[in-house]
Amino acid sequence: MSSAVTILKGVTATRSGKIGVVLVGFHLLLALVAPWLVPYEFDAQTAVIDHAGPSLAHWAGLDTLGRDVLTRTLLGGREALLVTIFGTGLAVVWGSFFGVLAGYLGGRIDELIMRSVDIFLAIPWMIFLLLVIASFGNAPMVMILTLGFFYGIGVVRMARAATLEVVVKDYVLAAKARGERPLSIMMTEILPNVRDVLMVESAMRWSWMLLAFSALSFLGFGVTPPTPDWGLMIANSRIYLALAPWPVLMPMIALSSLIIGINLTADALAKSLGVDKTTRALV
Amino acid sequence: MLRLIARRLIFAVVTLWVVSMVVFSAIELLPGDACQAFLGQMAQGKRLENCRAEHNLNAPAYARYSDWALGLASGDLGKSIKRSKPLEEIIGPRFRNTVILGLTAALVGIPLAIVLGALAALYRDRRADLWISFIAIFCMTVPEFITGTLLISFFSVWLGWLPGIVIMRADAPILEVLSKIVLPVMTLTLVMVAHIMRMVRTSMIDVLASDFVMMSQLKGVSRVRQVVMHALPNALLPTINLIALNIAWLMGGVLVVEVVFNYPGIGRLSVNAISDRDFPLVQAIALLMASLYVALNLIADLLALVLNPKLRTRGAGL
Repeated sequence: MSSAVTILKGVTATRSGKIGVVLVGFHLLLALVAPWLVPYEFDAQTAVIDHAGPSLAHWAGLDTLGRDVLTRTLLGGREALLVTIFGTGLAVVWGSFFGVLAGYLGGRIDELIMRSVDIFLAIPWMIFLLLVIASFGNAPMVMILTLGFFYGIGVVRMARAATLEVVVKDYVLAAKARGERPLSIMMTEILPNVRDVLMVESAMRWSWMLLAFSALSFLGFGVTPPTPDWGLMIANSRIYLALAPWPVLMPMIALSSLIIGINLTADALAKSLGVDKTTRALV
Repeated sequence: MLRLIARRLIFAVVTLWVVSMVVFSAIELLPGDACQAFLGQMAQGKRLENCRAEHNLNAPAYARYSDWALGLASGDLGKSIKRSKPLEEIIGPRFRNTVILGLTAALVGIPLAIVLGALAALYRDRRADLWISFIAIFCMTVPEFITGTLLISFFSVWLGWLPGIVIMRADAPILEVLSKIVLPVMTLTLVMVAHIMRMVRTSMIDVLASDFVMMSQLKGVSRVRQVVMHALPNALLPTINLIALNIAWLMGGVLVVEVVFNYPGIGRLSVNAISDRDFPLVQAIALLMASLYVALNLIADLLALVLNPKLRTRGAGL
């Protein structure tokens, strides 16, 4: 617990880090308490002229179907956060498992794992995601598994590169000389020392996965209507942008502030842990 | 050197071969076959039988795979289930449009990114750098469909200068395509510039701190010459491969941008093909995109080999 506090202190040492942590914390808290905060049901329709602008009853106006925009914006990030948090967790766990394995064992196994990674990077993942969702539906579990799989491929590279820097250190050699088993060396000697890189990696990957999820829901593959979701709200209301900016602007602000928050946090995290992340590929 | 190039070529071919198998088996593993998926509730009786017979679905999977792969090798992409035209005619012009879009964005974006990255590095932590870096973070974090929508609302709704969506036939002449892609190119360029600029900035900062730049300064080389002739080429080397690796990511972005602007390219085609459950078309597009990725990475590898003598020694690199 104390290490978590230390990390948080490091991240919030800079102004942009503070802003990032506040934004992310705000969104996480909102996702938890939003169902008790919202003034209306997310699919309740009001029988007044649609595209009504902000009023006392509806602070951010109504959308095309006469639904309260504020309510839908407050609720619109819940599924995205659920899917991307678990998806990132899955990606980092399986990616770092194979990455550490490849980096530690080296030789044939390393070659096999890294060549497979190179090949999988060539697969157009967006088409694959759409295909899987079109066939198996967009249940959160399906999204978590597919996003987690594709985003883990890049983690393998990062974890391997970080492991290669650690395996040559004296304490790893000492552990080998003591005759410890490979699994315990990987768990107790290597993993704690690549943890910083993995944490920065997770934060970056979270923001990319959120981008991917919102793109999917913008394309109509992310959530099923009438479930509120930012990407879908933007997709549905953007044709009426000139008539009614509110139903587009609200989800835009919500989604952008969350992604920018995560990125600022990741930047501050990288800086405070001394991990260089700008020279990283996005994959 | 030749051996290295040969190895990379062989690996590119192997990659494509494995990707073709992965794509094929992924579609095999989906519930139902291509005809069932396409026909949906009508998938029964004579209709299903006819469709299966027409698309040779009764043959075992390995036979269909080898048919498909042999066809691909000779330039035959296969047969669409929904669309009556041959796949080459459907994919061809749209693929061309996507290449035009991507290439224009790259031609505008990469030089711009290099200049901005170099400037940000030269004025590191000063006002110019902070502004460039701040705008870059905004451009690379905000999703393309938001920047696209904002650009539409600014340039076409508010100012009324440019059309908000692209209305044209997929096989329109090149000049017509170029005249209509200003906003899509701008959207794509913003994201691309932001990413590449950050990479250039980081490696430029490293290079500016190195001994040979210091040396050139001591020799009395002018500041401009020092940056353009000494520092920049060395700063660009490490970014070439990163740019190529990021292309896979940018391709996902192209898909969204094409949908936002209604642009008749391969990305929007793939979304439509998936919505129609036209699996042969999806299969062909997936492989085409993979080939594009492999080809671009190959070019980046070779470019790095040409520019960096250090990589040419045996055992280095790959």
